[in-house]
Amino acid sequence: MKILVCISKTPDTTAKIAFTDNNRKFVTEGVQWILNPYDEWYALVRAIELKEKDPSTILHLIMVGGADCDAVIRKALALGGDEAIRVNAEPGDSFYVASQIAAVAKGTGYDLIFTGKETIDFNGASVGGMIAGLLNLPFISLAAKFDLSGNEATLVREIEGGEETVSVKLPLVIGCQKGMAEQRIPNMKGIMGARSKPLKVVEAVAAESLTEIVSFELPPAKKGVKLVPADNPEELVRLLHEEAKLI
Amino acid sequence: MSVLIFIDHSEGKIKKTSLEAICYGAALAKQTGVPAEGILLGTVSEDLGSLGKYGIQKIHTVSQESLNQLDAEQYISIISTIAGKNGATIIVLSHTNTGRAIAPGLSVSLKAGLVTGATALPDTTAGFLVKKNVFSGKAFCTVSIKTSTKIISLNPNVYPVKSGEGSAEIIAENVSVGPALVTIKSVSKASGEIPLTEAEIVVSGGRGMKGPENWGPIEELAKLLHAATACSRPVADAGWRPHNEHVGQTGIAIAPNLYIAIGISGAIQHLAGVNRSKVIVVINKDPEAPFFKSADYGIVGDAFEILPKLILAVKKLKGVA
Repeated sequence: MKILVCISKTPDTTAKIAFTDNNRKFVTEGVQWILNPYDEWYALVRAIELKEKDPSTILHLIMVGGADCDAVIRKALALGGDEAIRVNAEPGDSFYVASQIAAVAKGTGYDLIFTGKETIDFNGASVGGMIAGLLNLPFISLAAKFDLSGNEATLVREIEGGEETVSVKLPLVIGCQKGMAEQRIPNMKGIMGARSKPLKVVEAVAAESLTEIVSFELPPAKKGVKLVPADNPEELVRLLHEEAKLI
Repeated sequence: MSVLIFIDHSEGKIKKTSLEAICYGAALAKQTGVPAEGILLGTVSEDLGSLGKYGIQKIHTVSQESLNQLDAEQYISIISTIAGKNGATIIVLSHTNTGRAIAPGLSVSLKAGLVTGATALPDTTAGFLVKKNVFSGKAFCTVSIKTSTKIISLNPNVYPVKSGEGSAEIIAENVSVGPALVTIKSVSKASGEIPLTEAEIVVSGGRGMKGPENWGPIEELAKLLHAATACSRPVADAGWRPHNEHVGQTGIAIAPNLYIAIGISGAIQHLAGVNRSKVIVVINKDPEAPFFKSADYGIVGDAFEILPKLILAVKKLKGVA
């Protein structure tokens, strides 16, 4: 069994979101970078569980980015995985990133490619499905459970208003969300071991970005809360009905 | 050239999010001076022709029973074929679970730039600029699509459904459907309930509700308001409510018109899942709860005392005894 987990770095959830250069650039000064939670808690940890069950499993991690990604990659390796691959390129859009990952994965016999359902910064939710498209593999998005029996995977995926249990033959690409696995905290042995795990840097292949970010903007500030006395919830109902016109 | 809108359905009915996508696609077609057409896979019990009142002229159908269930690869292949055959230059979908499953593959198949989670009509005065949410609702960005064919998936609850006059021509397409790669073994769906991601109103409870036995009033309020119920992460983790109700950074992100948070302090991870809500109401006994900073309306007080009165007031408004 050979597994590839696609990881990405994102600003910490509590990072201040601000823009510069005429709202064209995200301010990265003082930002703590973390492993995208969906990639870490769900995709990576589920893959690690599979390797724990079958130690012969080969588990690779892949990220597209510059040398500034290495600290986050080491953090991922501290959780688990045999080696990491970094495609040395400034990540363009989802199609560019998916093209890079597909180029590495092509012909290398990965049985499973795990991604998080989306990143918490660009919320594109596209890379996994695009890798599947580029490699002609089935794609299961929003997967909340994954089990394997021989060559057949059984997954639970979220559908509007419920869930669906599906089975698919390997190889396939999976977008992971809550339910797949539980968050883990790397231990000292993992952190020390991660330092000596291979982190291979490969050069990018020629690929294009089909889209481009032109500018950012912050949402308009909230006007401030209108407080209603606790003994008069009728007033809240009136405001929601007459002022907000929502009920 | 045309705008092709993917029309999704469930249990024989067109989804509300698809009506939003139709209206958005029709407006975009008008803006760019091309016809608006729909594509529907599988079978529905509704009269499709009447969807013309939302502004589309034609609907391409592939009425095969097996297509009532999502197989991303089959959907992508059929939509690509029909888009190609009809010279569709813009494809519109909803940024729902189905949209998430197929939009990226369509982007590859048509070599078309994709923007997911659009929040407004594109600016087509110079180029093709689409606005979307980023940083989990904490900012917007404007994305330029550079390819000749373009794909947009529209966030639920951001574009109004408006109907006028008209009927759509139904075109039964003869498309060969490849073998299914995914076998659906079982479906569990709460029939008749409002899916959380589509709900216009959401009533949500947090740790302040003290235990699963206290959810009665939340469910009652939700029912009265035709709302979906949700919860915060600690509540789902404690097993008080099912995980599929968990809204927040690591759960589901929602954008209802009205979000009523009861007994939720409003940690930044929770806000990341709900800050796209148009109006937020917070009921919390702690006046220092951070959620009040993001709220439009609030009550500082004990939820157990406020809820019965609130329910009574809503009943009075709705004329329910």
